[in-house]
Formats: sequence, structure tokens, C-alpha cells
Amino acid sequence: MTDQLVPVDSYLVESLPEIWFGAVLFALGMYVVLDGFDFGIGMLYATRTDEHERETFLSAFGPVWDANEVWLVAFGTMLLAAFPRVYSRLLADNYLLAIGFVLALVFRGLGPELREQRDEQRWKRYADYAFVGGSVTAPLLFGMLAGRWLFGDATLPVVLTGVGLVAVSVVTGAAFLAAKTEPGLASELRGYGIGATLAYLVGVVVLLGTVVVTDAGGAGDTILSLPVAVVVTLSVAVGLGGSMLARRGQYRAWLASALALPTLLTILVAILLYPTIYPSTGLLVREAVVSPLALNLVTVLGFPVLLLVLWYFKFLYGVFSGPIGGEGYGG
Amino acid sequence: MLSPETASRMQFGWTISVHIIFASLSIGLAPFIIYFTWKDVRTNEQRYARLRSFWVKVFAAGFVMGTVTGIPMSFQFGTNFPQFAEVAGELIGGPLAFEAKMAFFLEAVFLGVLLYGRDRVKDRTYVISSVLVGVGAWLSGFWILIVNAWMQTPRGYEMVTRNGMEVAKLTEPFAAFFTPRMPWMYVHMMNASVISVALLVAGVSAYIVWKKPDSEAWNTALKLAVVLLIVSAPFQAVHGDAYGRHVEDTQPQKFAAMEAHYETGQADLHLLAFPKSLEALTDPRAENLVTVSLPAVGSFLASGGDFDAEVIGLNEYEENPPVALVFWSFRFMVGLGFLFIGLALWGGHLTYRGRLSDSTRYLKAMIAASPLGYAALLTGWYVTEIGRQPWVIQDELRTSEAVSSTLTGTEATLTLVGFVVVYVGLVLTALYVLKWLVREELRALGVRESNEDRWRGPIPWVSKDD
Repeated sequence: MTDQLVPVDSYLVESLPEIWFGAVLFALGMYVVLDGFDFGIGMLYATRTDEHERETFLSAFGPVWDANEVWLVAFGTMLLAAFPRVYSRLLADNYLLAIGFVLALVFRGLGPELREQRDEQRWKRYADYAFVGGSVTAPLLFGMLAGRWLFGDATLPVVLTGVGLVAVSVVTGAAFLAAKTEPGLASELRGYGIGATLAYLVGVVVLLGTVVVTDAGGAGDTILSLPVAVVVTLSVAVGLGGSMLARRGQYRAWLASALALPTLLTILVAILLYPTIYPSTGLLVREAVVSPLALNLVTVLGFPVLLLVLWYFKFLYGVFSGPIGGEGYGG
Repeated sequence: MLSPETASRMQFGWTISVHIIFASLSIGLAPFIIYFTWKDVRTNEQRYARLRSFWVKVFAAGFVMGTVTGIPMSFQFGTNFPQFAEVAGELIGGPLAFEAKMAFFLEAVFLGVLLYGRDRVKDRTYVISSVLVGVGAWLSGFWILIVNAWMQTPRGYEMVTRNGMEVAKLTEPFAAFFTPRMPWMYVHMMNASVISVALLVAGVSAYIVWKKPDSEAWNTALKLAVVLLIVSAPFQAVHGDAYGRHVEDTQPQKFAAMEAHYETGQADLHLLAFPKSLEALTDPRAENLVTVSLPAVGSFLASGGDFDAEVIGLNEYEENPPVALVFWSFRFMVGLGFLFIGLALWGGHLTYRGRLSDSTRYLKAMIAASPLGYAALLTGWYVTEIGRQPWVIQDELRTSEAVSSTLTGTEATLTLVGFVVVYVGLVLTALYVLKWLVREELRALGVRESNEDRWRGPIPWVSKDD
């Protein structure tokens, strides 16, 4: 039946494998951007002691985090569907990192849910530990996993990638919260946001410098190319510009520029990967991709649904747009 | 230290056992949620608002647990069974990606609306959100079972060499997605989820009705759950019987393990089996079992009408699944299935006489039975998955060949211990959350807490009468 709908022996369009490389990176980007600010909320939560402020943070987090986290599953399964070898090698080669990451996500997700269930000091404190601990550890380990993907065994670049993801998550988290809360709290948050922006930008430059010097994962030459220079320059401009907007109290504009940072980071990842898709093994996009029929099928069935998903998100964020009160996680 | 293979299998088995409880909670609770939400918006009656709010909270807690336990599942295909992911990638990757995009997103996004959006969206949007959450849960099961059914009865592919490895290439998508097993498995699993949740709802309702007999809301919930059971429990038995014949057709080795049938030849049907000795628990055979059997009926059923039909025995195979686990799991599941039919009929009889909430004995029985649906569901899956061994893809790839070659026993054992500790904590927490929700509900209904607390620990113990 499907045989007549999609070609069996050739890709729908010649560049379909590259389009899927882009689609997989797009899902990764959505995850890093959206769950990134969830992680940021979780980390900034540790700086609050006031119960009302904590409740405010949780009510910003509550309705959206679960849907945001599904982008991770979308990323993983799309990688599996289009490039099964990369999916299996990447996870098998980085066993403890990958398992540590998913366990950190368990704690991050459960913390707020549990906190709601019981009005008792000690209980809430443990739930908070789970939430904050998970929110720090998850982006660190996920960033390190991405670092291993890009740079192989080189320890320093791998750790720096993890730390960079933590920093950029703090930026987006602070901007997201600032755009949704009262001015007093927002001006405290922007301090953390600006600090994290500077740390992030310095981190990216140091990371790329280290990779050039050590040629980790053979990425040295790629970094000294025009596309990377453009992305880095844009990141610096967006980061500094965003910080100025934050200082002026234009939080919505700051949020827009803050979300551009992880987006640029994902583009950087794409540039560093292509044309290979697992640099340390030298595997090329074209070598790793599944057969034409399988890829055509997931394209025809999957891409329209992806558009629908983007509409769901527009709807979800529309329903929960605007300032949040302190009604708490349970709503 | 365990071997990487043993530890990986235990880890996957353990994590999926916990995950499936929450996944089927979403599936089974979906019809209840839709019904209560619709009735609430439609009639504005307080009892439906109360039931909706209570069960949406349970659903939400279950969904969070389902998400956090489900993500490690999909990662383990890569971390622990990369050879399987690579060999089957073209066949399983698509359905898994559709599951995430079509089902998981739908459920997660509209659950956000259902939980937090009551005052932010219109009534109609609210009801539609509840329906979409339910559709998401049922679709999720659909795509996941396409993958699992393919592993049982793989179709629509050919083996080719890619990057120096033998992998399955998709050749006929329709055959690969709608394998012979798929419809059987989907109906059986969805219905099993409905039964498990109906028993859970009945148990919680029975507990509250026991404490507060005149609660209109919880009498409604109890009756609804019993009605659902009357339909679903007998259906499962009839369907399961036909399903068994299909398994004999398509996976004779698994069928033989379910019946501990060693010698090829005529098969008896063992209605009941009791171990004669302790040995029978680990190695069930005709010699060490006391069985109530219908001679040759096994052949009759398996062949669809021939008493002399030959049923292939386990002795014909080089390597067999752990027969004892499969044999006893199967009996445990079937036994529970009949118990549920009994409970459903008993409840139907009481409802007919208008005495459902008066019978303390029935209420107690339902409280005690509330976790048993899950016990049946889990043992049913043990039959399916352990019964397929030594294969991970039937007759194509062995489980031992699917395990990561770079994984060490130390790593695998370490993470296994981690998952056991975390997930035990998670299950206990889920039980406590349910307990606290019930307590809060009782408080809201004005039930005075007795000094002598009957519900200690995570599970309710039925001790004394009120």
C-alpha cells in the first residue's frame, strides 16, 4: 500500500539524508532551548528561600516541563529512526553518562510533583534537593554527552561543553522567569542571568580555543572556518545585547535574545558534526542513514505530525502566557 | 558482578515492569477521566467535579512517573542493547518516533491544560483536552505494541549488510507495522489496562464508601468500575483463549513453555496445576505436577478442532526459555483473570439487588483486589517477553547477541543497583501519594480520623470492620 505512495529505491528528494540530519538537530535544539529554561528555573530555585517565590517558580515550570522534556524523546527516536548506528554507538559508548543523565531527569521531574503532595518541612526539603540536584546534573551530563559526541575522549572540552550547557540554561531560565514575574523579583534574577551569559560566552571561546590547540576529535580545522566565526560572533552579540536589554528592564526582548543562545549553540553543534555524524568514529551522514523506503516513510508520516506538534506548543504557551501568580505547582 | 547480559536483561525487565504500571494507568484511567470531565462540565453536579479532580490528580502523578520511568526505557535500547537498536533500527525507529510525536506530545501538552487550565480555557476546550489526553495514551500503546509485536512475529524486512553488519532493511511497511501479533496484543493489553484500573478505582471507591457509605460521588465511581469490569473481565478470558491459539501458531516454542509441554505429540490442557514438590516450582514437568487436565484438549484448541494434532514439545529446541517462569506466570495470570470475572459477577449481582455499598464483605474483597489487576498484567508480560527467549527478535536475533560489547559487568551491575534503588523509592512514593490523596478526600468528606489508623505503610490492609 505504502509502496505506491513513496519511492522504494530512491529518496523522495536527493538530499533527504541531509534534511534528516537537520531534522534531528532541530529536535535537539528544541530540547536544549525548551528544557534548558526548565533546568534554569530549577537552578535559580536554589537561590530563593521565600516560599511564595518558590511557588511562583514552580507555577511557571509546572504546565510546560513535561511537554518540553518530550523533545528529548523526539530527538532520541528520530536519531534512531534515521541513523540507528549513531544512536546505538553514542549511547553504548557513553554508558554511565547516559544512564546518569536519565536518572538525573527522574529526580528533576519527581521533585516538584512530590513537593506538592505533603505539607511538611522536611518532606519539602528533600523534594527540593531532588529538583535542584536534578536540574543541575541533567544539563551537565547531557552537555558532556554532547561533548563526547563531538570531541571523543578529550576530557577538558567534554567537561566544558557540560558546563556551557549549565550556564546557558541559567540564562534562559532567568530570562523566562523575569518575563513572567513582578519587577522586584525580575531585577534580582537578571543579575544571575547576566553573570551566566558572560560565563557562557567566555566558556565557549575557551572551549573552542582548547579544541583548536589540541585538535580534539579532529574538529580543529572546522572551528577556524567562516561559519563557526559567524555563529560565535552572533552569540557574543546576542549575549551582550540581551544583557543590555535585561538591564533596561525589557524582559520580553531579553527572553527572545536569551533563547537565541542555545539555538546558536545547536547550530554550532551541527557545523562541527557535518558531514560526519559521529566524528570520533568518522561515520558520515550518508553512511549512517537508513534505506530510502524507511526514510521516505518516516518523512511522509512524521513531518506533518511534527508541524502539528509545533502548533500544540503554540497553543500550550498561549494558554499559559502572561504573568504568573504564586498559585504553586498544583495550580 | 553480574555478566553484562544478565545485568542488562534484569535492568530492562525491572525498569519496564515499573514503567508499564504507570503507562497502563494512563491508558486505563483515560475513559474514567473523559467520562468524569464530560459529566462535570455537562451536569455541573458536584459529585463529578469531585471525581474528576481526584482522578486527574492520580492521572497527573502517574503520568509524571510514566514520563520519568519511560525515558530510561528508550535510552536502554542504545545503552544496553545497541546491537538490537542497530539491527532493528529501520523497523522500530519509525514507530518509536511516531509514538513520541503523535502520542507522547499530545498527552503531555493537553495534560498541562487539563491540570492547570480549568479557568484559562473554555468548557469545550477543556473537555476536548481530556479526550486528547486519552487518545494520546491509547495511541502511545498502539505504536509501542507495533514494535513489540514485530519482535514476536517479525515481517516486512530482509537482512542486508550495512557498515559491515547484518541489519534488517524495511521492505514492506504495511506488513512490518501490522504483523500477525499486533491486533491480538493491542486488544489484550488495552483491555488489561482497563481491567487493572477498574480494579484500582473499585478498590479506592470501596475503601471510601466503607468509611463514608452515603458518599454519592464514590458510590457512583464504584458502580461505574464494577460495570466496566463486568464487560472487560469476561471479554479478556474469551479473547485470551483465542490469543493462545494464535501464539501456538506463530510461536510454538513459547506456547510449549506456557504449558511445560516437553514431548512432541498430543497435548493435554492443564486447567489447574499444583506442584507436587518444591522442584516443580523451578522445573515444572508432568511428573511433578498434580494437574486437573482435559486429555488431548490442548491439541484440540491449538489446532482448532483436532484432538490428535501434534503439538511441538520443548525437547525439539536447542535452547529454551526459562520454562518455570513462563509456566507459572501464565497460570498466575489466568487464575487472576478468573478471580476478576468472579468479582465482577458478584458485583453485578449486588448492583442488581441494589446492595452494592451495603455488603462490607464485597467492599473488603475489592480493597484487597485493587493491586491484583497489575499483578496479572505484569505476569502476562513475563509470559510474552520471557517466553520469547532466547530470542529478542523471534528467530532472527538472540538476546545474547544484542547486548553491548563494550559494556562491562561492573558498569551494568552498578546501574542495575541504581535503578533498583531509585525505582523502589518511586513505587513506594506512588503508593504513598495515592494514600495521601485518599486521606485528603476522606477529610474533605468529613470522615473523622480514628485514633487507630487502619492504613499503615503504603498499602491498605483490611483488618477490622467499622
